[in-house]
Formats: sequence, C-alpha cells, structure tokens
Amino acid sequence: MFTLTETWYLVLAALIFSIGAVGLLVRRNVLVMFMCVELMLNAVNLTFVSFSTALDDLGGQTAVFFVLVVAAAEVVVGLGIIVAIMRRRQSADVDDISLMRG
Amino acid sequence: MRVEMFTFLLAGAICLGGALGVVLLKNPVHNALSLVATLFGVAVLFVNQGAYFLAAIQVIVYAGAIVILFLFVIMLLGVDRETDEGREPLVAQRPLAVATGLAILGLSLVALLSAGQRATGDKADLAPLNQPGPDINHLAEVLFTRYVYAFEITAVLLTVAVVGAVVLSKRTNEPLIDLDEFPEGTVVDVRRRADDAKAQDEVDADAEVVAVPDTEGDPQEGGDD
Repeated sequence: MFTLTETWYLVLAALIFSIGAVGLLVRRNVLVMFMCVELMLNAVNLTFVSFSTALDDLGGQTAVFFVLVVAAAEVVVGLGIIVAIMRRRQSADVDDISLMRG
Repeated sequence: MRVEMFTFLLAGAICLGGALGVVLLKNPVHNALSLVATLFGVAVLFVNQGAYFLAAIQVIVYAGAIVILFLFVIMLLGVDRETDEGREPLVAQRPLAVATGLAILGLSLVALLSAGQRATGDKADLAPLNQPGPDINHLAEVLFTRYVYAFEITAVLLTVAVVGAVVLSKRTNEPLIDLDEFPEGTVVDVRRRADDAKAQDEVDADAEVVAVPDTEGDPQEGGDD
C-alpha cells in the first residue's frame, strides 16, 4: 500500500495547473478563460498548503490567504472589465476584441 | 492513513474531473459548475492536510462568492449558450497550447519526482505549524505580526478593486469604439474624414457666391457625437 506523502498532492496540483494553462490557451470565451486562471491559482494554493504541511511551517498557509485576496480582487476587476466590454459588443469571444491590434 | 489516502483519491478525482470539465464543456454555466467541483475538492484536500481555516475560506470565498459572481455575469450578459469553439483563427494555436501544457506538466513532474522522497525545502522554525491550539489562532498571530504590512497592503488592494469595479461599471456617454458600428474605420478615421469634409464644405461655400443657407447635413459628422 502506498503511503500518502506530499508528493501526491504536488503531482495533483501540477496536473490541475497544466489543465488550467491549456484551457486558458485553448478557450476563446473570456469568462471561461477567467475560470481557467482560477484553476491555476487553486493548484498553486494546493501546493502551498502541501508544502506548509510537509515542512511544518505556517508561511505556506499565510501565502494561500494572500493569494485568495488577490484572486478575489482580480475577479472583481476582471468581471467589471468584461461587463464594460460586453455593454458595447454582444460577444464574449476574445477574437472579437481586436481593436488594438497592430 | 488509509482514510486519508481514500479521501485524497476521491477528492483528487473530483478535482481533476472538475478541471477537465472547465476546459472541455461548451456551456459557460457548466464550466462554472465544474469549477465549483474543483474548488470543493481542493477544500477537502485542505481539510485532509489539517488546514481547516483555509478550507472554510476556500468554500466561502471561492464557491460562495467568486463562482456566484461568475454565474451572475453569465446570466447578466446572456452568454449562457454554447460557444462556438470550432473555428480557430490562429494557425497551430491548439497543438501549441497542448504542447505547452504538457511541457509545464513534464517539467513539474521531473522537478518533483527526481527529488526522491522529499520534494524540496527545509524545515522551518520561525512559525511552526504543529502547535497546541486551533490553527486559526496561529494563522492570525503570524498575519498580524510578521506579515502585518502585507496584510495592510491587501486591505488597500481590496479598496482599489472595489473603486475600480464601481468606475468600470459606470455608464459613460463617450462615443462607442466599435468596428461593427463603424465599418468604414475607427472613430479617429471617421473624425478625420468628417473634419476633411467640413473643410471641403467651407472651401466650396467660399467658392460659391450663391448662398445655400442649409445644405444637407454631413452624415459622417453625426457619427461621433
């Protein structure tokens, strides 16, 4: 029987992070891209907590606290921007927001 | 130990399934619900590792606030229909994206698994985790002593975010910068063309002695008021 070490948690976090990164690059809907960013942030949070437990240090859990605050602020501002954009054009597709292209 | 292993496998499967659902499902509402599954799975993993306060915060802030915000925006904007992911304007975007994801995963796994039993890092002695008492007390103690400046800065960050959200959601009367409404070019182009037409009109009016008091209005001038 395998024993549950922190490496299991770290591998799981790496998997979630990779799925989130691929989703961020593949999907075209702005809202879904935001959700993929949240996935990546959660994977990092899981890594922090795993290291915190493994190394017997509260610093990791404190970092998760700050990541949560930054993620909340990011979502508020990002969704505000999305609503402001969608008020002018009826599409959540990032390819339509190309006015500033070179 | 066996219970922890079982919990880890169950919650990990839920996390992975939810993450795949976020990426693969077409409907944004289904994506948001898959995200809830992942967030709950991560909260269970937090509990499994003894981070009870963070698990509660995870459920309250993420599942209770952020996903609800996502769902509100989806419903408000009416984008709760399946999106067209068939076309891909950039050549080789998807294969490159998948290759990038696999590269990130491979690098992480190599870095994690090549280190043997313990991944990395030293034992800390500044703020040990295993103290008597609930973990929220120790977390608060660290937050209000060692990390107090970072804590204050997060307060400033939250205030800035709230003010920014209010400013962003304020309705403005500025001209719409929208290529669909200006098929002949951007607002700058239209404005310049209108100015040119006005100058040309003045030249024409000067040239013609016959006074035409009110010619038909310039259609392009009304476009950017």
